[in-house]
Amino acid sequence: MADCFNIKDLDLYYGDFKALKKVNMDIEENKITAFIGPSGCGKSTLLRSLNRMNDLIEGCRIEGSIKLFSEDIYGKDMDVTLLRKRVGMAFQKPNLFPMSVYDNVAYGPRTHGIKGRYELDEIVETSLRNAAIWDEVKDRLKKSALGLSGGQQQRLCIARALAVNPEVILLDEPTSALDPISTGKIEELLMTLVNKYSIIIVTHNMQQATRISDNTAFFLQGEVVEYSNTEKLFSMPENKKTEDYITGRFG
Amino acid sequence: MTIKKNKIKEKIFAILTWGAGILSIVVLLYIIGFILYKGVPYIKPSLFSLKYTSENVSLMPALISTIIMTLMSLLIAIPFGVFSAVFLTEYAKSGNRFVKIVRVTTETLSGIPSIVYGLFGMLFFVTFLNWGFSILSGAVTLAIMILPLIMRSSEEALSAVPDVFREGSFGLGAGKLRTVFKIVLPAAAPGIFAGIILAVGRVVGETAALIYTSGTVAQIPDSPFASARTLAVHMYSLSGEGLHMGEGYATAVVLLVLVIGINALSAFVAKRIGGYGKDK
Repeated sequence: MADCFNIKDLDLYYGDFKALKKVNMDIEENKITAFIGPSGCGKSTLLRSLNRMNDLIEGCRIEGSIKLFSEDIYGKDMDVTLLRKRVGMAFQKPNLFPMSVYDNVAYGPRTHGIKGRYELDEIVETSLRNAAIWDEVKDRLKKSALGLSGGQQQRLCIARALAVNPEVILLDEPTSALDPISTGKIEELLMTLVNKYSIIIVTHNMQQATRISDNTAFFLQGEVVEYSNTEKLFSMPENKKTEDYITGRFG
Repeated sequence: MTIKKNKIKEKIFAILTWGAGILSIVVLLYIIGFILYKGVPYIKPSLFSLKYTSENVSLMPALISTIIMTLMSLLIAIPFGVFSAVFLTEYAKSGNRFVKIVRVTTETLSGIPSIVYGLFGMLFFVTFLNWGFSILSGAVTLAIMILPLIMRSSEEALSAVPDVFREGSFGLGAGKLRTVFKIVLPAAAPGIFAGIILAVGRVVGETAALIYTSGTVAQIPDSPFASARTLAVHMYSLSGEGLHMGEGYATAVVLLVLVIGINALSAFVAKRIGGYGKDK
């Protein structure tokens, strides 16, 4: 199995604060990889360096390298726009734009120059179907996306990310603001999407990690303490700190 | 004993606040009533004839000039105001020296009395650039005057747009330009619009800055370099001459209706922003 990301000796600073310390990690293609750990451990920070969303933060500096299918994403030739098209993202809270369902999903493809009516219609429908929300919104494509429920909005955010045809999808605690039923739907969705995409998910919910992920990385104070097969990490953790965390002794 | 004292204090304070509230309403009603009483009898069709003569002091040319003046000054002030607000919120880094200078400058500009703008306009546009007393000199002077207002309200509207929208757009690979024009500006549009309406109110009510820059000719201007008077200046001239006080009051009625209309419109728009805020 090939790797989608190869992270090597990654250090990340916010000003003087070192948020990530010597992170080394290879993330497998077409698998769900979960990042777990207590708040402020650097899991979201690492996720956001994978499509360079950290570029938007002032004073953020990176050392080391991250390769996406052996291309250096912080290299000189890397076009950030193209990188974010290849590595899509959904956020903690649904952040749909104040426009119609259709325009939300079509925003990405339009950004990348797709203008044709039929082509867009098709992309929108496929993306919505892939995100398992087509049946719920097909009669209200032209209505404001903000009228949907929280869970629907989050699935629509995933559809929006799918619409640019990414290779990897990053999810930053996508279910933390949702009820259990909506959470279940999103988890189901991710399990089907993993056949076509590589998925990396940050979660503070350990049950969620065990339910859906193939590999899990445990973060603590900017370091990757343990990274292995999910089943192994949760049943036979090698590190004492991992064991303490997953048995609920802290965090 | 102290309880009783406190009760009396409470009563007195309540009466004071009620009194203050009532007084402000009474003053407003009195002014409006007075103007209506004096002005309404003079509102006749002849007051709206296209030509101003010394017998028939029509307000129509002034009304048309007001509209032209408003549009011209907005045309100049909106692009500068909105784009500098975009620069301040979207492009400038926080703590940038230049941003601080821009802020101090706009705050100072908004505190300058309008007569000072008028004097500057006369010295610079009218005399130095030799544009003469003209609607152009007036519009540019007013544009400078309303610039801080438009900038300020646009900046507030833009920074009220939640950052998650920007993240969402960048996350889909959109650049800064597309994010600003497709996501941030549309979301901020109601707030920007409310600021523009307030600016219109300032332009419509301005006299001091205009007397020195666009002059007081009471005809419909035939070019940007023609002198023209707005409604407010028209009123000022009529009451200065003292021959047509009734028509002056009638003009005040029209101006009042215009300003109340603009205020109602801005209140309506502001309400819609409130609704949008809840949506987040």
